Amino acid sequence: MSVRHALLALLSEGPKYGLQLRQEFEASTGDVWPLNIGQVYTTLQRLERDGLAESDGSAGEGPQNVFRITPAGEQELTTWLRAPTDATAPPRDELVIKILSALRVPGVDVEDVVQVHRRYLVELMQQWTRLKEDEADFDLSLALVVDAELFRLDSLVRWLDSASGRLKRASVERPVSTGPRFRRRVVVRR
Amino acid sequence: MSFLELREVTKRYGEGAAEVVAVQDVNLSVEGGELVAVMGPSGSGKSTLLSMAGSLEEPTSGEVLVSGAALSAMSRNEKARLRRRTIGYVFQDFNLLAGLTAAENVSLPLELDGVPAKKARAAAMAALDSLDVAERASHFPDQLSGGERQRVAIARAIVGDRRLLLADEPSGALDSLNGDAVMRLILAACRRGVSAVVVTHDAQLASWADRVIFIRDGRVVDQTVPPPSPESLLAQGPVRR
Repeated sequence: MSVRHALLALLSEGPKYGLQLRQEFEASTGDVWPLNIGQVYTTLQRLERDGLAESDGSAGEGPQNVFRITPAGEQELTTWLRAPTDATAPPRDELVIKILSALRVPGVDVEDVVQVHRRYLVELMQQWTRLKEDEADFDLSLALVVDAELFRLDSLVRWLDSASGRLKRASVERPVSTGPRFRRRVVVRR
Repeated sequence: MSFLELREVTKRYGEGAAEVVAVQDVNLSVEGGELVAVMGPSGSGKSTLLSMAGSLEEPTSGEVLVSGAALSAMSRNEKARLRRRTIGYVFQDFNLLAGLTAAENVSLPLELDGVPAKKARAAAMAALDSLDVAERASHFPDQLSGGERQRVAIARAIVGDRRLLLADEPSGALDSLNGDAVMRLILAACRRGVSAVVVTHDAQLASWADRVIFIRDGRVVDQTVPPPSPESLLAQGPVRR
């Protein structure tokens, strides 16, 4: 997560104090992502060093220091908003590795392992969904963050469901092979 | 007390080599005011389970009790009355009657039950109003959007004093925001004391439930434990500001 750019976005609205930036950052992410004040000041120092933000400096390092975005900062922010995010899969997804490993362990029912993870993910989704129950209390920032988290968890559940289907089909068509069946190398460009 | 209870319920279709066991030895209790989701893939038996809970199909063995009364001990007329008065159904394809207006669709189950037309109409309008579609009351189903049709279907399922809501993939082909709206309405009915069972393959819909039951090959294999408060997800306590 780019705290640096999120702070630049808040500064693009107008000059702000460090403490104010922290409060607004947390509010703008629906209070889901905490940010400590030390991290705010460290990030602001780096933004100043890189010429992307400036402060009058009259209050020294103190909380009365007002920060504002520079033209270079505005340019950086505009570029960042449209730059592609890193959507490549993590090199070794732990959930995928667990299910693949379960296939190799004698005496392990892979469907049981799949179900343990499915239940855990749905329980997490229930917690996030509770936040949506009262629409009146559900502000736009929180709604966007909660949706993002629910879609992410949902995609994992759907992968598990699809894995279940494949396992079932494989067990009907042939005994579950413990050895690799596909030897073709798949290279994902990064 | 459980409002709906399934005891060792099994459903078999066909005989001999062609026999298919759709549901096997399922035990399920749904408390008054509870929203339970039954989650499983296509062909896992979840729709059959719902049909038996709603007395639309009879189990091969086992017992279904609604409000403490065993369905097997009821006459056909008693079961029909239970379906008209106590149980509301929401189906994936809405099942609204094309020749009736939204209000007529909603008042129909009451009128079939002998409620005078004027009273039935008033109850229908109240149900439509609670779902924010009262202004569409005189429109026919084909003049309504997908989301409006689903609201009318839910209004029909909760009209009168229904205590049990049974829904099969209730968000149908709606997008996720409309799906949320449907589940929020079902949950609101539960908070007023209605018991509901929603069957779905969709984790996002299921996650609205107080409890999620997982079904595979006709058997209940697992269920969620009641979730802790969502506030544990947040940086600094309650979201309410």
